[in-house]
Amino acid sequence: MDNKAMEIVKKSRMVSRPTTLEFIEQIFTDFIELHGDRHFADDKAMVGGIAMLENQPVTVIGVQKGHTIEENVKRSFGSPNPEGYRKQLRLMKQAEKFHRPVILFVNTSGAYCGVGAEERGQGEAIARNLIEMAGLKVPIISIFIGEGGSGGALALALADKVWMLDNGMYAVLSPEGFASILWRSPERSADAAELMKLTAPDLLKNGVIEEMIPEAKEGLAENLEYTTAILKEMLVSQLQQLQALSTEQLLEQRYQRFRKYGEFTE
Amino acid sequence: MKLFKKKNYIRINPPEAVSVPMEETPSIPDGLWVKCKHCDKTIYTKEINEYKICPNCGYHFRLTAKERIALICDEGSFEEWDTDMKAKNPMQYPDYDKIIQKAQQKTELNDAVVTGCCKIGGYDTVLAVMDSHFMMASMGSVVGEKITRAIERGTKKKLPVIIFTASGGARMQEGIISLMQMAKTSSALQRHAGAGLLYVSVMTDPTTGGVSASFASLGDIILSEPGATIGFAGRRVIEGTINEKLPDEFQTAEFQLEHGFLDKIVPRTELKNTLIQILKLHCQKEACENG
Repeated sequence: MDNKAMEIVKKSRMVSRPTTLEFIEQIFTDFIELHGDRHFADDKAMVGGIAMLENQPVTVIGVQKGHTIEENVKRSFGSPNPEGYRKQLRLMKQAEKFHRPVILFVNTSGAYCGVGAEERGQGEAIARNLIEMAGLKVPIISIFIGEGGSGGALALALADKVWMLDNGMYAVLSPEGFASILWRSPERSADAAELMKLTAPDLLKNGVIEEMIPEAKEGLAENLEYTTAILKEMLVSQLQQLQALSTEQLLEQRYQRFRKYGEFTE
Repeated sequence: MKLFKKKNYIRINPPEAVSVPMEETPSIPDGLWVKCKHCDKTIYTKEINEYKICPNCGYHFRLTAKERIALICDEGSFEEWDTDMKAKNPMQYPDYDKIIQKAQQKTELNDAVVTGCCKIGGYDTVLAVMDSHFMMASMGSVVGEKITRAIERGTKKKLPVIIFTASGGARMQEGIISLMQMAKTSSALQRHAGAGLLYVSVMTDPTTGGVSASFASLGDIILSEPGATIGFAGRRVIEGTINEKLPDEFQTAEFQLEHGFLDKIVPRTELKNTLIQILKLHCQKEACENG
């Protein structure tokens, strides 16, 4: 029997759930997709490019899942390889050069697990994005539209603001992984989901995200415009606030945003 | 045909195949003899000196933070920071306090990292040493906070930072807060790097998961010890995904060197001298006249 948290986990993973490219299409105009990391390949699990948000150019990047098996195989089921993270980094540095804000869409169960990913430095690729994002001189907003798992999601979420859709999730690893590693019983994944506080309301309470973005009653896929209209308005007004800051203020706020995490006694 | 009849032996229930937790395997017990995990040879403990290297095959046993500090720092120079910091239970994980207490009793540490400042070959340095004997040196709030503070103090005092990494990854019992430590430590390193200061990462066995995907991989210079396990995803997870066995050298220091993710593999006996050489090469004359 699923509890509320596990229901949300399942919703966040639904194959019918709208993907990054659908969000981009509805929120922005003039989107031009840019490919490749300039070192190894073009990872189709990560998409990105330049687009207009109302009157201003922005860089948009996100993890791309598919709606069919064929498309998901092509997109590695939304688990980027190192070249995906390096494409993301290339586009973020490009955004910085042209003073464009960066908007990221997160929807991944985690970075790709494979021999090639290890040979090409999955750990280094994620680490590099983290340190570069900490110093990126333009505003960064990350939006969790579906799943958010582990370091592979964090590599897109060292941002000034982190938002999440009602049925998004974000956790250190999947509830299945958590249950099997810590309790050696993967069938207890629903208990794990409950304990892990991975839903948007819990993450909002813990200060891991700043905003929750509503989904239509009939479902996200059934009425995506409802969500994207709200999201677009939020992005425009949030960027205005972030762009009013000096670079020093922006980076100091971003530093403090992540500096605060940790619970300990001394 | 009774002659050939199979004898009925009494069957004592065989012990269930328990997988030994990684942290239990390679440490040296207090006995006269010890078995090398790598070559399986039994070694007389007196043959293993403070470097803890197998005299037969050269395997580097895992060190405690205390042993590492004794090997690396100039004698008596280590000054420890944040000695009393202890974990809370942000996710209300059942019995987390008991798990922590057990690890504390076993290791005589409060958590999985020791930080402070010291002199190495006369050079003032910030030093952080992770200890895999404490819950496989998984990174939770305490590890993240102590490492972040150490880096911040390094930035403030304009000192180089050396981190000996070892970790199974994020401390899952602390949930999402443990993931945030990757962002926190990397942000602190960004500022340290922005101040033009040196950061040397020394990856020791094992450096995996979230630590490999944050500060361990961000050194200006990245060293490792021979044979150390280094990787992001767990070997068994990958084997399960591709459904085949991976070669022994997969995710070793040698593998990482070959693929361009390490600057140098340095045997433990030479590590201090190599670090002194690196510190010397980065020392601005006026800042450290007498070394």
